[in-house]
Amino acid sequence: MTVDAAGFRPLQPRTQPPNDSPEYGSTRLRHPARPALRIPQSVTETTGPVLSPKHFPPMPDLTMLTGQAAMGERIIVRGRVVDEDNRPVPSTIIEIWQANAAGRYDHPGDTHDAPLDPNFHGEGRVFSDEDGWYQFTTIKPGAYPWGNHHNAWRPNHIHYSLFGTGFAQRLITQMYFPGDPLLPLDPIFLATPDAAARNRLIASFDIEATQPAWALGYRFDFVLRGRNATPMENT
Amino acid sequence: MAAPRLTATASQTIGPFWHLIEHAEMADLLRFGATGEAITVTGTITDGAGQPVADAAVEIWQSSPPVSDSFPAYGRARTDTAGRFEFRTLKPGPVPGLGNAQQAPHLAVTIMARGILRGLTTRLYFQGEPLNDTDPVLSLIDDPAQRATLLARPAGPGAWTLDIRLQGENETVFMDI
Ligand SMILES: [Fe+3]
Repeated sequence: MTVDAAGFRPLQPRTQPPNDSPEYGSTRLRHPARPALRIPQSVTETTGPVLSPKHFPPMPDLTMLTGQAAMGERIIVRGRVVDEDNRPVPSTIIEIWQANAAGRYDHPGDTHDAPLDPNFHGEGRVFSDEDGWYQFTTIKPGAYPWGNHHNAWRPNHIHYSLFGTGFAQRLITQMYFPGDPLLPLDPIFLATPDAAARNRLIASFDIEATQPAWALGYRFDFVLRGRNATPMENT
Repeated sequence: MAAPRLTATASQTIGPFWHLIEHAEMADLLRFGATGEAITVTGTITDGAGQPVADAAVEIWQSSPPVSDSFPAYGRARTDTAGRFEFRTLKPGPVPGLGNAQQAPHLAVTIMARGILRGLTTRLYFQGEPLNDTDPVLSLIDDPAQRATLLARPAGPGAWTLDIRLQGENETVFMDI
């Protein structure tokens, strides 16, 4: 008999956005019409890939890609990766991508008429430490227009990808900034029904992370799904 | 069971510009020199109007063969303008399941894209595997047509292909894990 990693608890109702979210137009033809099939978790779901710094070297400073400073407001973002039981998730990769200070992605699909910055690409990568802490330096991304509805603008945001310790823990999300007037108008932000869960996507200003005469600091914590107390048993 | 103290962070769409983290070599799970039964796995993703989903991130994860220094067991690929993705990996073997159940060889697959707020998870099985008949996940699906949406078909020597339909006729079975 082998004892596997414990399964993950179900996500709490209304704390995740439904894929059928009509206000976000691109969901219309891309959401499955049938409800998802609930399957028992097995080793396929309870274990997951481990991306190591050996193959994915850390890129903790997005502002000095070329040795010349990127344009825009330099910021420091830090926080912790924990699970729902508030246990740190150590040594996990955090992939980061974002628009530049003008609200333009260094991506061929971005046709927004805002300048590219030759000293900013918009990709970063860090690993959480033993206590789940991470930190990186970037510039504050600009808002940008999109075609969802008349006069639609995405609030300032940074995209993240996290793995955790099991495939069922995989998380893709976006971090927003406090006080952004576009948040109450953004169908992607608003898609999460539970207001408290939604508001946890907003970073908080962090004077402790702020460095004098250098950069403002923001705090943003990630919470990954928790595991059941009892491991599954395989005979 | 004690209630969790915290609530998992809400998912958000990967958006149309995720290629900044793409790194094409991640679609080749043999890039670190793994040896074994090499296969290519391709697929085409279409939406509810039958149009190709050209901006998706597709990820695979397999627990067989196990992860090692030469085999990451995980891959990420983009879809092209025809909605097509391609991986190079090792053919999985049977996978332990709950109790005495053996799972048929399979890949876990997650699809993320603009318009998908939470990644869509499914599995890719291999047509003709004897264990498919008793697989605990496939057995949950009564309708043979729905079950068939998870079965990749041979597409030449060492090549397998699966069409993934996000919505509508022949909609792929997606899973709540
Ligand atoms: Fe974005």
